[in-house]
Amino acid sequence: MLRKLFKFHGGVKPQTNKERSTTAPIAAVPLPDRLVIPLHQAVGGHPRPLVQPGDRVFKGQRIGGADGNLSSAVHASTSGLVRDVAPAVMPHTSGLTTLSVIIEPDGEDRWGELDKVNYRSTPPDELRDFLRDAGVVGLGGAVFPSYLKLKPGKEGKLKTLVINGAECEPFITCDDMLMRERAGDMLKGILAMRHMLQAEEVLIGIEDNKPQAVAAVQAAIAASGQSGIEAVAIPTRYPAGGAKQLIRVLTGIEVPHGRRSTDFGVQCFNVGTAFSIYEALELGRPLISRLVTVAGNVDAPRNYDVLIGTPMDHLVRLAGPRADTDRYIMGGPMMGVRLPAFDVPVVKATNCILVGSEAMFPAPAPEMPCIRCGECAKACPADLAPFELYWFSRSKNFGKAQEYHLFDCIECGCCSFVCPSHIPLVDYYRFSKSEIWAREREKEAADAARDRFEFKNHRQEREKLEKAEKLAAKAAATREKVAADGATAPAAGSDAAPAAKPAPDAAKRALIEAAMEKARQQKAQAAPRNTEQLSPDVQAEIADIEARREIVAKPAASPLPPQDA
Amino acid sequence: MFTALFVMTGIALVLGAGLGFAAIKFKVEGDPLVDKIDAILPQTQCGQCGFPGCRPYATAIAGGEAEINQCPPGGEEGIRKLADLLGREFKPLSEEHGVEKPKSVAIIDENTCIGCTLCIQACPVDAIVGAAKQMHTIVAAECTGCELCLAPCPVDCITMEPIAETVDTWKWRYPVFQIAPAALGTARQEA
Ligand code: SF4
Ligand code: SF4
Ligand code: SF4
Ligand code: SF4
Repeated sequence: MLRKLFKFHGGVKPQTNKERSTTAPIAAVPLPDRLVIPLHQAVGGHPRPLVQPGDRVFKGQRIGGADGNLSSAVHASTSGLVRDVAPAVMPHTSGLTTLSVIIEPDGEDRWGELDKVNYRSTPPDELRDFLRDAGVVGLGGAVFPSYLKLKPGKEGKLKTLVINGAECEPFITCDDMLMRERAGDMLKGILAMRHMLQAEEVLIGIEDNKPQAVAAVQAAIAASGQSGIEAVAIPTRYPAGGAKQLIRVLTGIEVPHGRRSTDFGVQCFNVGTAFSIYEALELGRPLISRLVTVAGNVDAPRNYDVLIGTPMDHLVRLAGPRADTDRYIMGGPMMGVRLPAFDVPVVKATNCILVGSEAMFPAPAPEMPCIRCGECAKACPADLAPFELYWFSRSKNFGKAQEYHLFDCIECGCCSFVCPSHIPLVDYYRFSKSEIWAREREKEAADAARDRFEFKNHRQEREKLEKAEKLAAKAAATREKVAADGATAPAAGSDAAPAAKPAPDAAKRALIEAAMEKARQQKAQAAPRNTEQLSPDVQAEIADIEARREIVAKPAASPLPPQDA
Repeated sequence: MFTALFVMTGIALVLGAGLGFAAIKFKVEGDPLVDKIDAILPQTQCGQCGFPGCRPYATAIAGGEAEINQCPPGGEEGIRKLADLLGREFKPLSEEHGVEKPKSVAIIDENTCIGCTLCIQACPVDAIVGAAKQMHTIVAAECTGCELCLAPCPVDCITMEPIAETVDTWKWRYPVFQIAPAALGTARQEA
C-alpha cells in the first residue's frame, strides 16, 4: 500500500553532489595526537569539568557533568592523559574560545566500565537521566539534548514518532551511510525511543535519492518483525529534512506559529540520534563519536567514524584536500557556517566538513537592491515573507521583524538561493536574531538591577527608620529619668506645672553637656605618654600634631549655644 | 429618627472605609510616562546623569527638568529610543556627563581587600558580598558596572574589567561587512 504524502510550501532543488562520498564504506580514523573536547557542545548549559590536568581518563569516562535542566554530559573519546582544561577555539564562525578538555591519547583506546540499561524494565525518568549522562543529543545539527524530547507529553503517549533520514542538504551523506550500514542497530534505538514515548506508529522519512538506504531500513524492519514501523521514501526537495517540513510531508500536519509538534502528537528525531541511543542503552557507550562526511574540494570524499574532539585538519587529510583549499565549512553549502581555523575539533554538531576553495565557491555577486519579485516568498518553506524580514532587519526594525515571525525562519537559505539580486538574506536574519537575543538579555539584566536597586533603597529606608525609632525610644527613656530626678527636687516649689514644660530642654542640654565633658576628658587622657627622651625630630613632629589637635579641638570645646538648632 | 441617622452613618463609615482600603490596595504606582522612560534607561544606577539613580532621572525627564542625552551607559541607542518615545530631537551624548564605555564588571583583588565594607555600602544593587573584616567578592551577574564602588575603597583593590564576549553573547555582524574570519582571511590572501 502506498502511503499518501503531502507537500510543504516552497523549497528548492539544488544540485545534490552526494554520489562521490557514498562510493566507499564508512572508514575509521587513526587516533590523532591530541583531542580537544569542548565542554559546551549542546544547546543549553555549560557542563562543569570533572577532570583536572594530569588525570588519566578511560574511553567513555565522563569529563563534563550536565548542569541545570538544559544540558547534557560530555565524555572522553579515548583513553589517555588530560593535558589541560583550558579555553580552545571552537568550531563556530565567531572564532571564540570555550572551555575544553585536551586529551593526549595513550594509544590503547581502553574503555572504562560500561553501564548498560534495560529500557523495558527501567522507569522513564531514570532512562532520561541515563541518556543525559550519556551525552546523547540531536545529531541532525541542532544538538538539542535528546532526553528532553523523550517525554510523551500530556496524554502520556504519542501518535507518531517521525525519524528523520531525509538528509536533504547537498554534499552530506552521513545519515545515508549510517542507514545503509547500521540499519539494524539504528532500528533498535528507534524501538527504545518508541517505548519511551509510547508512540503508536513510527515513520522513517528518507529522500528518494537514497534507494539503498530505504531498502536497508526496510529489510531491517522486516527482519525485526515489528509492526507499525514504516520506512517512507519522500520526494527529494530541499529542505525536506527540516523537522516541520518532514512532519508535514509524512503526516500532513502543519505545525502553526508558536506551537510545537508534540501538541499534535508528533515528535521528530534524527537517524544518527537513534543510533547513539542504541549505543548508550544497549552497549552502555556514551556519545563519543559520530559519522562525519568529508566532501567538497577533496580527492576522495568519504564518510568517517570520528571521535569527538578530533582536529578537523587531521580528518580532512585522510580525504586528500586539494592544494587550493582555503576554507572549511561545517555543515552543507546551504546552512553551513564557515569555520575560523582548520584545526578546530569535530563536535557533536559536525555532520559534514565541506572543504572549499575560491574556485569551488566563488564570492557571491555583489548585492543589488531588492526588486520585490517575491521569488523568496515562493521558495520559503516556513511560509514567511523573506523580503519583508530582510527589509526590517536591514533597517534594524527588530520589533517589526518579530511581528513577521522572524523566529519561525529555519535559516534554510532557500530565499538567498533563489534571490535574483544576490542578497545574503540569511545573514540579515542571523544578525537580527542575535541582536534581539542580546536585547532580551540586556532587558532582563536591567529589570533585575532595577529590582535590586529598589530593594536596597527600601532596606536603607527601613534601617534608617528603625535606627531613628531606637534613638527616640532611648532619648525618651533618658528624658524620663532626668525629668524624674529633676522633679523630685523642685516638686516642693509652687509652680510645678509650668516648670515641667522646659524640663525636657534643660534635661537635653544637661545630657549634651555631660557628653561633651566626657569627650573632653577622654581627649585629655589620650595625650601621648612616652614624650620623654625623644629625638628632637620626633619632638618637633609631636608638637606639630599637638598644635593641629588644638585647632581641631577648639570648635568642639567652645561653649554650647543656649538653644540647640 | 435616630435609627435612620445611625444606619446612614454606618453606611457612610463602611463605604468610606472600603474606599480608603481600595485607595491603598489599588494604588497606581507612579506616573506611566516615568515608567516608560525608566524602562528604556539601562538601570546601571551609576548617577552619571546627575540624579541618584535611573528612576529619578526618568522622573526629571518626564517633568521636563532634564535633557534626554545625559545617560552614558544608555549610549546613543538609549538616546534614540528616548527621542522616539518623547517625540524629541535626537542629540549626541552630552560630554559633561561622560562617555559611552564597553560594558564592564567590577573585580575585587581578594588578596588586597581588607574587609572594610565601604564598597558594600556604595553598591546600589547589593552586588558585593562579604562581612566586616572578611574578604569581599563581587557577584558578577548582579554587577551593573556603575563604578560607584571604586572610589570608596581605601586600598584601591577594585578594578573594572570589560565583559568578554562568549559564544552565547556573540552577535552576527551586520551583513554589509563581509564576515571573513581572521585565520582564513590571511590564508585567502596568500592563496
Ligand atoms: S527574491 Fe530577492 S529581489 Fe526578489 S523579493 Fe525576495 S529579496 Fe527581493
Ligand atoms: S531562510 Fe528563513 S526566510 Fe529564507 S526561505 Fe528559509 S525559512 Fe524562509
Ligand atoms: S546615567 Fe543612566 S544608568 Fe546612570 S543612573 Fe543615570 S540613567 Fe541610570
Ligand atoms: S559592584 Fe561596584 S560596579 Fe558593580 S554594581 Fe556594585 S558598585 Fe557598581
